[in-house]
Amino acid sequence: MSASDGQRVRPESLGNAALGLAYEEPLLFERSRPGRVGYALPTLDVPAVVPEKELPAALLRADCEGLPELSEVDVVRHFTRISTWNYAVDLGLYPLGSCTMKYNPKMNEVAAALPGFAHAHPLQPVALSQGLLHLFHELEKQLAEISGMDRVSLQPAAGAQGELAGVMMIRAYHEHRGERRTKILVPDSAHGTNPASAGLNGYEIVSVPSGADGVLHPEAVRAVMGPEVAALMLTNPSTLGLFEEHIVRIAEIVHAGGGLVYGDGANLNALLGIARPGDLGIDVMHFNLHKTFSTPHGGGGPGAGPVGVRNLLAPYLPVPVVRRLSESEGLGFALDYEFPHSIGRLHGNFGNVGMLVRAFAYIRSLGPDGLRRCAEMAVLNANYLLARLRGAYHVPFDRPVMHECVLSDAKLEGTGVTTLDVAKRLIDHGYHPPTVYFPLIVHGALMIEPTESEGLEGLDRFVEALLAIAREARSDPETVRTAPHSTRLSRLDETRAARKPILRWQPHPSDA
Amino acid sequence: MRYIPHTEDDIRHMLRTIGVASVESLFATIPKKLRLGRPLDLPQAASEQEVLDELAALAARNSHAESHDWFLGAGTYAHFVPSAVDALASRAEFYTSYTPYQPEISQGTLQTIFEWQTMICALTGLDVSNASMYDGASATAEAVLMAMRLTRRHKIVAAGLHPHYRDVVRTYTAGLEGALVEAPRDASGRTSALPPLLDRETACVVLQQPSFLGVVEEVRSAAEAAHAVGALLVVVVTEALSLALLRGPGELGADIVCGEAQSFGVPMSLGGPHLGFLATRGAFVRQMPGRLVGETLDARGRRGFVLTLSTREQHIRRERATSNICTNQGLMLLRATIYLALLGRRGLRELARMNLAKAAYLRARVRATPGLSLPVSAPGFNEVVVGVRGSASEALQRALEDRIVGGLDLASYVRGLGPALLVCTTELASRAAIDRLVNALGRVAG
Repeated sequence: MSASDGQRVRPESLGNAALGLAYEEPLLFERSRPGRVGYALPTLDVPAVVPEKELPAALLRADCEGLPELSEVDVVRHFTRISTWNYAVDLGLYPLGSCTMKYNPKMNEVAAALPGFAHAHPLQPVALSQGLLHLFHELEKQLAEISGMDRVSLQPAAGAQGELAGVMMIRAYHEHRGERRTKILVPDSAHGTNPASAGLNGYEIVSVPSGADGVLHPEAVRAVMGPEVAALMLTNPSTLGLFEEHIVRIAEIVHAGGGLVYGDGANLNALLGIARPGDLGIDVMHFNLHKTFSTPHGGGGPGAGPVGVRNLLAPYLPVPVVRRLSESEGLGFALDYEFPHSIGRLHGNFGNVGMLVRAFAYIRSLGPDGLRRCAEMAVLNANYLLARLRGAYHVPFDRPVMHECVLSDAKLEGTGVTTLDVAKRLIDHGYHPPTVYFPLIVHGALMIEPTESEGLEGLDRFVEALLAIAREARSDPETVRTAPHSTRLSRLDETRAARKPILRWQPHPSDA
Repeated sequence: MRYIPHTEDDIRHMLRTIGVASVESLFATIPKKLRLGRPLDLPQAASEQEVLDELAALAARNSHAESHDWFLGAGTYAHFVPSAVDALASRAEFYTSYTPYQPEISQGTLQTIFEWQTMICALTGLDVSNASMYDGASATAEAVLMAMRLTRRHKIVAAGLHPHYRDVVRTYTAGLEGALVEAPRDASGRTSALPPLLDRETACVVLQQPSFLGVVEEVRSAAEAAHAVGALLVVVVTEALSLALLRGPGELGADIVCGEAQSFGVPMSLGGPHLGFLATRGAFVRQMPGRLVGETLDARGRRGFVLTLSTREQHIRRERATSNICTNQGLMLLRATIYLALLGRRGLRELARMNLAKAAYLRARVRATPGLSLPVSAPGFNEVVVGVRGSASEALQRALEDRIVGGLDLASYVRGLGPALLVCTTELASRAAIDRLVNALGRVAG
């Protein structure tokens, strides 16, 4: 084999044999057979009722037409089979930049499933939820210490909701001071959620260009700072994986103009125990517990996006707020709602509690040294990849990186092979591709975040795969451009999907 | 550290390859004075055994649906979850993957979302469903924002809406000059006098079905009233199981149906993670928030699924996106899709009828018990408002002494009902437990 044992065998060399475990599986609705059941309900121990006698007939449906009829065996096989079509962290390196696809510890799943967490109710009296409130209190303190912020709210359900909360607090702060500021500054390297969160709050977005060296420069911020600017939203390290080394000067400029600085915590993994946003001039930030603190990504959520603030924004935090009772009030914890300047409630309850339990378990397992070790090894891994890939792939901003590195397809020019093709060919080598075509300021970007979970030989295999693809782009570009070749499906037609959207299954007219 | 594989040899080799002397020097781009320079002030690392012990001790200080007889609902419902849901959702191929950006290696997630979208369309009576929102409250806020965009209006009329949902709508719309007014109830507990509240400024009516008080509302007349002034009807469902008996609100004129699907196989988990859903008419799809999965063909003409219509979304459209949502509730969507597949066309209805029968039994018992009353007379699904003598909190305390969590004290949520509890009876409530509850609530304080 040209590479190592991590490389997948090319299926064409094996005929159909390589497809032996690539199951076909129809949709639930196509598997459905009238009369099959996958449930057993207890015997009804109260008198049966006829819905038509209990409820207005005009509001009742005759049937749950459209739901399938399946046995439990059918359902178990269906989902087990289609699960094998997914790539996952537990299968291997998942270097999706800015998503921090680190290992999700199994014990955290056990912790969140404890009946006192999984089967308790958000509206039960606080006297019956003291364990939860204690955990909230501890986790808030831990996140505050990790970030250098003064206060934390655990309520936002995902990073984007944390951003929304942050921008709302910024708006409330200015309004409370009698100022109506209308603009928010966002660097051109920012995640799309930053401008979207600000836009959702009615703010106008002013894009700030990154410098030729990839980082944000004080002059660029000064040029657009003014009395109408409410805040600057900044990701540090940036989406280029670079530490924003001028951050303190930039924060001073924004603060001098009466604005606030929002910190997008998506890349906090690089800074754990090394540096703290609160010490860098950040006034408000969010955490992505599903990135930095190992809660599983779940095929697209649930996440959790707590917000941290400096004291000047504490009056605006979402409600309810957890408070440790003083001795005179009796011991324990209470929920406080009476904050006249609070932005209000963002979630129907307390946020994604199950994720908070997992993050707490993770922080307790790692402790201060383990958290710092995460940052160190994540940064070591990213720099190692950069060092080994620099020759074969273009590096738009070639300087030491933090937790991720951004490459591009510029060196492949003339081969006809693009970033998308490299990404698809990586799948044949057994990897999930990196984030592609982001950040937008790098043409043909490949954004690679290995995280601390990957060891040396795993990184070497990944490097060999990328080097092999770069060689293959010259020797056999067609194979790269038509990849992946080892998956059940290849190159799905996204244009077709968007042109005439089919967004649900419907029975074929002849079946009706 | 068991989650980090690096040996000291590995680290030395990697540093040599990079060309730096130490791990410390990898952080050279962070100016020294900006570094923390001390260990984080956190408890030292603990072993798996110790951390699980610590968490078990915290969990043990929460009451829960397995430690008490459970009658508390009000937006979060204690339902039985078949074992196959946990078993399948625990597959690492599902829970350790992410948003399906690469369809070739995400078909398990993509097909599941497509199946979910199909079932939500069937239950809501609408054409398109997205791939989930954070929870019912934020789904409602997003539905309101969508209605504001579609109508270019700012007034919101809420009817029977969960007070927490109303609060979240207010939070989300505060920066956009949204103004929310609430419709009154008639003596039976149903929403009344909607038309006089509506005008040409109204973006939408937000009607909860069944209402926060558990009452089944008139959807069609609300739709007609909204449409008469050019507004949209948003129907909010917090007890998704009710959809197994009630007609899809879309068939009755609702333009957007959204809410909470926690009832479908998602643990209560102290309020989250839950499962927001949102469905609408085909014509409004381009104003929808959130991810959508569509069917397509691959290069060899085989059917497959992809994320689609993403030009609505933040990663493409940035500040002009329909929402800022990125990560949603994928794993909860998976649980609900498995749950609906197991219960299926017949089981879901049978289960819903069982919930209805338990509530009917509770009402009959309340009617026959001196000191208890039914201050809300309109029919409902599985929630009942029970009036008590004296104070509701004392009645709940009496129930608690019998290891019963008896419902929600409505005092701080709804005015004008007297001392009353919102009591929920799912399939988990046995006849004997309902009898014990009624006895405890009816017992004269003393």
